[in-house]
Amino acid sequence: MISKILIANRGEIARRIIRTCQKMNIQTVAVYSEADANALHVKEADEAFEIGKPPVALSYLNIEKIIEVAKETKADAIHPGYGLLSENAQFAKRCEEEGIRFIGPNAEVIASIGSKLEARKTMQKAGVPIIEGIDVPLENIEEAKEIANKIGFPIMLKASAGGGGIGMQRIDREEELEKAFEGNKKRAESFFGDGTMYIEKLIENPHHVEVQIIADSHGNVVPLFERECSVQRRNQKVVEEAPSPFISTSTREKMLDAAVQAAKHIGYTNAGTIEFLVDGDENFYFLEMNTRLQVEHPVTEEITKLDLVEWQIHVANNKPLTFTRESIKKHGHAIEVRIYAENPKTFFPSPGTITELQLPEGEGIRHEIAVESGSAVTPFYDPMIAKLVVWGETREIAVRRLTDALQQYKVTGIETNIPMLLEVVQKQPFIDGMTTTSFVNDYYLPQIQNVKN
Amino acid sequence: MTTVKASMAGTVWKIIVTEGEEVKAGQDVAILESMKMEIPITAEVGGKVKKILAQEGDFINVNDDILELE
Repeated sequence: MISKILIANRGEIARRIIRTCQKMNIQTVAVYSEADANALHVKEADEAFEIGKPPVALSYLNIEKIIEVAKETKADAIHPGYGLLSENAQFAKRCEEEGIRFIGPNAEVIASIGSKLEARKTMQKAGVPIIEGIDVPLENIEEAKEIANKIGFPIMLKASAGGGGIGMQRIDREEELEKAFEGNKKRAESFFGDGTMYIEKLIENPHHVEVQIIADSHGNVVPLFERECSVQRRNQKVVEEAPSPFISTSTREKMLDAAVQAAKHIGYTNAGTIEFLVDGDENFYFLEMNTRLQVEHPVTEEITKLDLVEWQIHVANNKPLTFTRESIKKHGHAIEVRIYAENPKTFFPSPGTITELQLPEGEGIRHEIAVESGSAVTPFYDPMIAKLVVWGETREIAVRRLTDALQQYKVTGIETNIPMLLEVVQKQPFIDGMTTTSFVNDYYLPQIQNVKN
Repeated sequence: MTTVKASMAGTVWKIIVTEGEEVKAGQDVAILESMKMEIPITAEVGGKVKKILAQEGDFINVNDDILELE
């Protein structure tokens, strides 16, 4: 049985994991960089160790340092959170080698799905629909042009190692491809150390719908419904909700089936998410699989009443799931918004010190937050400082509660995207549940242009 | 002579121009990485790059000098 967990992460997710550990009487070890010495997760963990300089490469990505702290503190498991080392197969392997349980799937499973290109092939074999495209890396620009013309523009040019929208670009014409190919390849090389590029046909105005699954070490895979995360800026999610207001019951069942099939095919264990793009006719296509807990997991928790971190720990303890697809029911509707430290018009980051923070309270409101009044938001990490999660018996109630909560949410000292979020949740297409990944481009940015003019 | 300064704190990811190069107003001269995002730094006025003051990989604060134009 796991009795002490080292949390190899920071910010709100580190606090979120500590909370569940406390509920389960599990000791916690926090690690932190010099920049995070005063962070809340450091204060809240039972023990905390500084592991290096502020840049992630020198602290939160330092595998050997983190393993060393785990061994010194006799932690029997590591929870990687999301981002950072959470999908790093080498890290999972090092944990296995040292006899430390990695709370997530095993290293081989992570590796098998880590490259987007490999994941495409694997999913195709599992019988999951994939987007028309190529299954081998593009050798050069000539080959890219040839394949793009064969598939037909518009296309999506993607970095196999990509994430967070980096290395990914919509291309409408052959002339654009040349510049985009070299630029994205370089970017992918610099960010991920791997410049492998590939091409997929562009799905016009898709919805982003993803299925949460949890799988135990006894072969049971249970889908925990879907989340719609179509409202995005810079290819990153901003608003997420469960269930999807768009898909029909029969599409939902088909998507849950596909997700279970995918998980079983690769021998998946622990919590994972299979992301799909869904077109206007509700055809769905595999996008990628995330072999970790996701930022937006709270909306699933709110509609299923499950604690996903708790179940991740149970699964790591080899405990079988005590629920089935049939026994899990969804209740009401949940929406999460990500609060980013950024300019709400340019989406550029806004580091600084929070001088005042006032959080809305009320029925159905849940906060996941990394900061307090006086906290420094440093330029070293992701701009997300908090998540606001609301639940309501119906989507209408949830949207209303969210709007009210956002109006009362006050952060001063830095810029945040709260004004943008307030605009978004009051737009008619959002109220109607008709959001696609072009929502921000279609309904939010043009309005900013008008203000500027 | 003018100095191009950092619009926010971050790490200098790329200096796009070289000393002696002519740049136009509005042209990107460097890219900062801040909060996992690439932030282009543009020259507000045109001119010839006299001296590059920040090195790739340096951490710089808001309003720190990146390069001099003449």
